[in-house]
Amino acid sequence: MADTVRIDAKGMHYTPLNRAIKAAVASGARKIELDNIMGQRFIADGLRGDVEIIINGVPGGDLGMFMSGPTCIVHGNCEHAPGNTMDAGTIVIHGNAGDAVAHSMRGGMIFVRDDIGYRGGIHMKQYKEKRPILVIGGSARAFLGEYMAGGLILVLGRKGTHPELDRGIGSGIHGGKIIIRGDVSDKHLGVGAKKDDLKGEGREEITPLIEKFCVFFDLDPASFIDDRYYLITPASARPFASKYTWEV
Amino acid sequence: MSIGSVPLRYRISVDHDQCMICGRCVESCPYGVFRKEGEQIHVNSRVCVACHRCISMCPRDAISLVERPVDYRSHPIWTPQVKEAIYNQARTGKIILSGMGNAQDYPVIFDRLVLDACQVTNPSIDPLREPMELRTYIGKKPAHLDFKMVNGDTVLETKLSPNLLLETPIMIGHMSYGAISLNAQQSLARAVTECGTFMGTGEGGLHHSLYPYQDHMIVQVASGRFGVDINYLERGAAIEIKIGQGAKPGLGGHLPGEKICADVSCTRMIPEGSDAISPAPHHDIYSIEDLKQLVRSLKEATEWKKPVFVKIAAVHNSAAIAAGIARSSADAVVIDGFRGGTGAAPRVFRDHVGIPIEAAVASVDAKLRSQGIRNEVSLIASGGIRESADVAKVIALGADAVYIGTAALVAMGCRVCGTCYKGLCPWGIATQRPDLVARLDPDFASVNVANLIHAWTLELSELMGAAGINSIESLRGNRDRLRGYLLDESIMKVLDVKTVGA
Amino acid sequence: MCGIIGVIDRSRKRMDGTGIRAALSRMDERGSGEGAGYAAYGAFPDFKEYYALHVFFDNLHEIKPIVEEELSKWGEIEHQEPIPTYEQPNIKKVHSPWRFFFRPDLHLMPRSTTPGDDIVTHLVMKINTTIPGALVYASGKNVAVFKASGWPEEVAAFYRIQDYEGYLWLGHNRYPTNTPGWWGGAHPFNLLHWSVVHNGEITSYGTNRRYIESYGYQCSMYTDTEVVAYLFDLLIRRHGLSLEMAVKALAPPFWDEIDQMPEREQEIMRAIRLTYGPALMNGPFAIVVANQDSMVGFTDRIKLRPLVSGELGDRLYISSEEAAIRTMEPEVGEIVMPRAGEPIIGRAR
Repeated sequence: MADTVRIDAKGMHYTPLNRAIKAAVASGARKIELDNIMGQRFIADGLRGDVEIIINGVPGGDLGMFMSGPTCIVHGNCEHAPGNTMDAGTIVIHGNAGDAVAHSMRGGMIFVRDDIGYRGGIHMKQYKEKRPILVIGGSARAFLGEYMAGGLILVLGRKGTHPELDRGIGSGIHGGKIIIRGDVSDKHLGVGAKKDDLKGEGREEITPLIEKFCVFFDLDPASFIDDRYYLITPASARPFASKYTWEV
Repeated sequence: MSIGSVPLRYRISVDHDQCMICGRCVESCPYGVFRKEGEQIHVNSRVCVACHRCISMCPRDAISLVERPVDYRSHPIWTPQVKEAIYNQARTGKIILSGMGNAQDYPVIFDRLVLDACQVTNPSIDPLREPMELRTYIGKKPAHLDFKMVNGDTVLETKLSPNLLLETPIMIGHMSYGAISLNAQQSLARAVTECGTFMGTGEGGLHHSLYPYQDHMIVQVASGRFGVDINYLERGAAIEIKIGQGAKPGLGGHLPGEKICADVSCTRMIPEGSDAISPAPHHDIYSIEDLKQLVRSLKEATEWKKPVFVKIAAVHNSAAIAAGIARSSADAVVIDGFRGGTGAAPRVFRDHVGIPIEAAVASVDAKLRSQGIRNEVSLIASGGIRESADVAKVIALGADAVYIGTAALVAMGCRVCGTCYKGLCPWGIATQRPDLVARLDPDFASVNVANLIHAWTLELSELMGAAGINSIESLRGNRDRLRGYLLDESIMKVLDVKTVGA
Repeated sequence: MCGIIGVIDRSRKRMDGTGIRAALSRMDERGSGEGAGYAAYGAFPDFKEYYALHVFFDNLHEIKPIVEEELSKWGEIEHQEPIPTYEQPNIKKVHSPWRFFFRPDLHLMPRSTTPGDDIVTHLVMKINTTIPGALVYASGKNVAVFKASGWPEEVAAFYRIQDYEGYLWLGHNRYPTNTPGWWGGAHPFNLLHWSVVHNGEITSYGTNRRYIESYGYQCSMYTDTEVVAYLFDLLIRRHGLSLEMAVKALAPPFWDEIDQMPEREQEIMRAIRLTYGPALMNGPFAIVVANQDSMVGFTDRIKLRPLVSGELGDRLYISSEEAAIRTMEPEVGEIVMPRAGEPIIGRAR
């Protein structure tokens, strides 16, 4: 089997497509290029291995769900929930993505060149060496990082001086952090989230991520690195503890 | 302090003539009811939860327990429970959490249904002498079969979906590691393996010590996605998406950080001591077509080799919801009635939200049949299955199999004290404290649970035999073999059963 | 309870009703004189292209026009007549038996592969459940059904079945528990080309009934036997199973037997049991089912009811008792007892 495999996915259902991908990975392919992708869901669902998948077109929902290792590079926009419950690996999106990007993601990285929809990074969580990272080049809609339990979300707002923000940022957050370029108004903060200026260590952490992002999308990192960032973290690790009393 | 203390829930007393001051009660009680002072056992009844551990361990039967030793003025509306909830909330201003299942005094429909037996016009069958089939397949079945002839041989053209093979229609429902101890899960896992049936992992991941039993485990994917990765999905015999549970329909779950010990943290894949919060909805399911997407993502990830179940709480519109689920490629629908147990649920939900399993199964089965899609899914009933008669009745109403939960815990010693949320279960079941967990020996507890499943299976065989039925599929949905005893007409219409005497 | 008998002539040579009447009377000990019936295939050669709808009317004046109106919505009545009856001392004529020879308009059921059968099935269900005082008790082409409350010989004389000829006959001698005296409760039960005579009780009736109801059949006879006719219609006409496979679905082998079968057979039997579990018939029964081309007899899976068969030349006989067969055909060859759940099948050429 060649190092690179090309699959024309025109009119192909996702089940045979995923079967073909798995077969290619099993026979040692290091790079798989998918042409004419149009709405096929679940691409690389549950896929393991060290392989790069180039996706030309618009993949359907749940790209890279449960994925554990591979890299997916999408030349086009994504529908909802790329990286859903993803375990390890990388997704790079040359375009926008829909709602619930990185839903319940537990490891790996997602880079979105432009904007994402509502509830990005909802319930991301981390454990030991596994720490998911979502980098959004443009803006994010409401409830970004809702219920967040771990990991990092970075919003760059590259189309202007800062991203366009919406309500409910970090609503119910009880772990992890959200870092946003420019200012974050208090009215946009969700329940149980607090904001601070990003300083020292935090800035050091984002620099390599910004550089990586800029390599993927051929951008100049300087203007991002020098700017001001806000850090959003949980006000308490037990956001709901004060709601309840025991029966006896 | 203006409200003052409420009267004792339980009074413990020690018969000092009998007591030999062995101190077993002091060791048994993690709540601190007993202390030894000088040559006498002293008690603090206020912290007692009626778990009976001390009573069961006392070698001299010297301990007595009285419930509500202090009377309130009796009143049919302003009961002690109602008043004490008000005192609690007046003090705290918070939502009351409680344990175990629905504690409200609703009539039990099972207890108003009676089963049939043969006399003269057909013979009863003795299951000891003649074949009696309880084997049950859980999963999607085709509506019809296609055959073709190849060289004079009949060949099946229809491709069957994967099904689980159960030797008895009794499974154990989802109770997570975290909610219950690892010893408890191991006991259940060994029992279901021994009995040829299945158990659920709950939303707590699959501990590596349970891998030997993974062919009998149904792995759960709930809204928190704790412990879920591709390895976990591939290990399970089937995958269950938990949408809701009968004890708290419409709510998510919340395992407090205190219960996240190192091992629990590992199987859930979250940091030690952090809260494990399962949101109320799955945030990738906001509509029925999203459910189809999650079902298919799980099937796609596991190459369509695993049946996928969807569990919902029994609520008013269960029938239509189940019909939607049946169209989603799901292989089984689990309906959890409002008597289902839980480690902790808001009392107001536990006691007031949802509907009984009997009515839910009847209406779901009827709806699926009316739409001609009953074969598309299996129907698993859970929530308040207490004995083999309940199993027989709910199967006759239309279920394929049942999940038991509380009953399996009772088989390991649970006294249904309803204090699981304290994490101090003296029986080693609903606790992570190592000394308490060590009290539950899987070598013995697994036998107790297997015994229970065997015993119910035997009783079910006898009930079927007496009804002249030697195959469980002829009991399923056979509502003609049920009669309602003092059930009102409207509920009999829902159950589609006749009254006794008719 | 009950005695059953069936005979088929594989060369489609017709017999009159004398023989089966004598055979059924031989089994009077199995009945109670409260119900008997016969079915004859090939009885209406002049109208063999028409569905012969047999109706018990409680009142011809009031109810027959309602039924005619219903029929006219779906097709044409080619011919109709009262079914000739002859007064018997012990038979109280509570219904007026009538027959319509009906041709459905096939264009009215455009998406069906068997539009005529579907229309007639719909009409039978509709009339029996919505028009009180009318009961359609037979609806096949070229099939006559004769039944009433009485002993077999009385019912035979009431209809003079010796005046009819058929290449396939069924007979049933009833011992009722549920609806004694009700003519509709007597066997054979018929729907379209299917006729059933049944001895025993189906303990899975509730399951079977709910199963076939989800396919649009409606049980209106207050007894378990009618589901057998509907199950055969569903499995064979609508699902396309062979006769052998249908019997396997209704009385399948036990799982421990299936587990021992060769791979391919195992796969088929497992599929049958998974798919047709709700069609499995439990309880004691011996059944003979016929359609225009064949006759099949089988018992329940643990053989709780008697059934024997014998052959002579082109003729196959199946009955509860050997004596009944020998009454009809003294020269019959070896008498065979089929295994539980195994069908005996006779096919006309």
